[in-house]
Amino acid sequence: MSGGPIEVVERDFGELALNMGPQHPSTHGVLRLILHLSGETVVKAIPVIGYLHRGVEKLSEHLAYDQLAPVYERDDYLAPTANSNAYVLAVERLGAIAVPRRAQWLRAFVSEWQRVSSHLVWLGTLGLDLGGALGGGTTLYMYCFREREKLLDFLEELTGTRYHTNFNLVGGVRYDLDPAMVAKSNALAASIEAALPELWSMSGGNPIFEERTRNVGVISKDLAMGVGITGPTLRASGIAFDVRKAAPYDAYGELPLEVITRTAGDAEARFQVRMDEIAVSLKLVKAIADGLPSGPIFTRKPLKNPKAGKLPKGEVYAAVESPRGELGFHIVSDGSAKPYRLKINAPSFKNLQIVPHILPGGLVADVVAILGSLDPVLGDVDR
Amino acid sequence: MADPLLPVVGQPAAPAPGTALEDIAEEVVRFPGGGIAMLRSDALFHWAQKSSLWPLTFGLACCAIEMMATFAGRFDLDRFGMILRPTPRQSDVMIIAGTVTIKMAPRIRTLYDQMPHPKWVISMGSCANSGDHYRNVYSVVPGVDHVIPVDIYVAGCPPTPEALMEGIFALQKKITEGDRAGS
Amino acid sequence: MPAPEIVASLEARFSATPYTLGVEIPAASLLTALRALRDVHGYRYYVLGTGTESATSFEITHAVRNLESNDTLFVKVVVPKDAPEVDSIAFVYAGAEWQEREIWDLFGVTFNGHPDLRRILMPDEYPGHPLRKSFAMDTPWGYRKAEAPAPEAGS
Repeated sequence: MSGGPIEVVERDFGELALNMGPQHPSTHGVLRLILHLSGETVVKAIPVIGYLHRGVEKLSEHLAYDQLAPVYERDDYLAPTANSNAYVLAVERLGAIAVPRRAQWLRAFVSEWQRVSSHLVWLGTLGLDLGGALGGGTTLYMYCFREREKLLDFLEELTGTRYHTNFNLVGGVRYDLDPAMVAKSNALAASIEAALPELWSMSGGNPIFEERTRNVGVISKDLAMGVGITGPTLRASGIAFDVRKAAPYDAYGELPLEVITRTAGDAEARFQVRMDEIAVSLKLVKAIADGLPSGPIFTRKPLKNPKAGKLPKGEVYAAVESPRGELGFHIVSDGSAKPYRLKINAPSFKNLQIVPHILPGGLVADVVAILGSLDPVLGDVDR
Repeated sequence: MADPLLPVVGQPAAPAPGTALEDIAEEVVRFPGGGIAMLRSDALFHWAQKSSLWPLTFGLACCAIEMMATFAGRFDLDRFGMILRPTPRQSDVMIIAGTVTIKMAPRIRTLYDQMPHPKWVISMGSCANSGDHYRNVYSVVPGVDHVIPVDIYVAGCPPTPEALMEGIFALQKKITEGDRAGS
Repeated sequence: MPAPEIVASLEARFSATPYTLGVEIPAASLLTALRALRDVHGYRYYVLGTGTESATSFEITHAVRNLESNDTLFVKVVVPKDAPEVDSIAFVYAGAEWQEREIWDLFGVTFNGHPDLRRILMPDEYPGHPLRKSFAMDTPWGYRKAEAPAPEAGS
């Protein structure tokens, strides 16, 4: 073909509505995003949720208080005991049920281990999101899940199962730690701590990772407060709010807790906050294992007839700091053995609300990075 | 220095019973540099299909995390030929891992219809088998077999990775026998 | 425990009645009370929005928090069941947008002035509001589409 000046023609194809999900390898569950694109730039993003709505709040009105603790472990399924911890806190506050100190420390112990487990899954899936399953992200995913397998083995030895451990019950916990398990926990903490620099080097130290997360999805302080996001997402925007510090529950009043914050508010800041939280959680489990008080682990066993446990009339709200943020239970009781109305204040539901605000203006490639840095769990969003 | 907490995973010394070529073929003649095997054609196709089942990445709820752990390094489904594919057009098996809700059910049906034949379905976990403790809730489909035909049901809440692997081996056995739910 | 001076000022200005978690105010003064809480008293962080059904009314509760003083205040309004509508505070606290959509979806309470009031957890054409006491939990999961879809605004 003969040469000649190349004519460049620009055509505007207008807006393209692209449907992402609910089946998509990068949406962390069944989340659907309707993206309006102009070229590669996102103009509008509309999240559609409800694909995992299992009616847990309605189900709660039909089961007795003592039967309900395991039901909520399936909501935020990356940190199951955080949900049941919040629930039993609310019930104990409403019913003025005392909990032995050892049980409170054990609750904090398992909660911190589950925080490590949840953040490892987050990091692994972030690697899959940013790198692609066949494009190098799988390495980070495999390494994170390898560390998590050690943790799940420990949980299996402690509670009998890897995952939905059914650990909390109203008035205490179900399983106890003996000195052999304490030694195992310390060895495990040391082992995962030794692996953290490797995980850092694969993610934060990787220049491609930095390019994809720096100044991506910036959440300003005002937007954060108005929308009500919580957890590491909030702390990465400079607001140092952690339920473990603001309203201490379980053993957190006596533990050396560090609240990690960053000011940048972008995906990299959220990444750094969560990585630092893994290190803090590993220190906390060592501190808990060292200072575990002796005593019983429950004061009120599940009753033979679970329907016999009536709670006084009233309203209560209790929250814990799950790996995603403030997970709270608002229970309205009418004096019977079942909740009259139970509302779960789900951190992922609130965090996901920021998506229509921060996705526009970015590229399609940033959508996945932002969603990964928000760390939503759809069981928590839809309940 | 090996980490003492990591489990030791060894390679089996010999192939598991029932998986060698001699078990599937009518006649096998081996010579240096190769061999000749005589098989019935459907035995050959079933052997190929079961040895490279490509699942669709389709986790719905908590079972998805256990499925991800099964695909990770410790339990490693890649050694059975399973590579996760994100699109139904390229996958053989759909592992329904999690609760099926009324909002999601039409999408599951669409994805199943988009998979090319031959296709199989593994229902993983109590929620997909029967709805688990959500089966009486207004928004939950009590079992994915109301929506698509299921080949293998794996019990558990969630099933351990070993249980899921047992389910996959059961599916492989089913494929060898030439059985298939749905058309 | 909500801060007593805030409760006292709300009592004086909006004839609020305190209860365990916060205050109950008349439905007509919801918007002004929450604006005052956000701008004057520094309750700029939105915590949650929930609804409860009682025998004759719906109770809509919004919880807001002052991060400096670390105080969480629950603000409740009561609307009659035969006229279930209340003002939307989505323009005061952005986080209320989805919480109010959820209350509309599950209870059927209309929020006047909401930018985009449509179902969020149930399918768009679902008939019925699941968390009402008159709605049976084990309503069959196969449903017929409602004749009129939920009110749509925006996209």
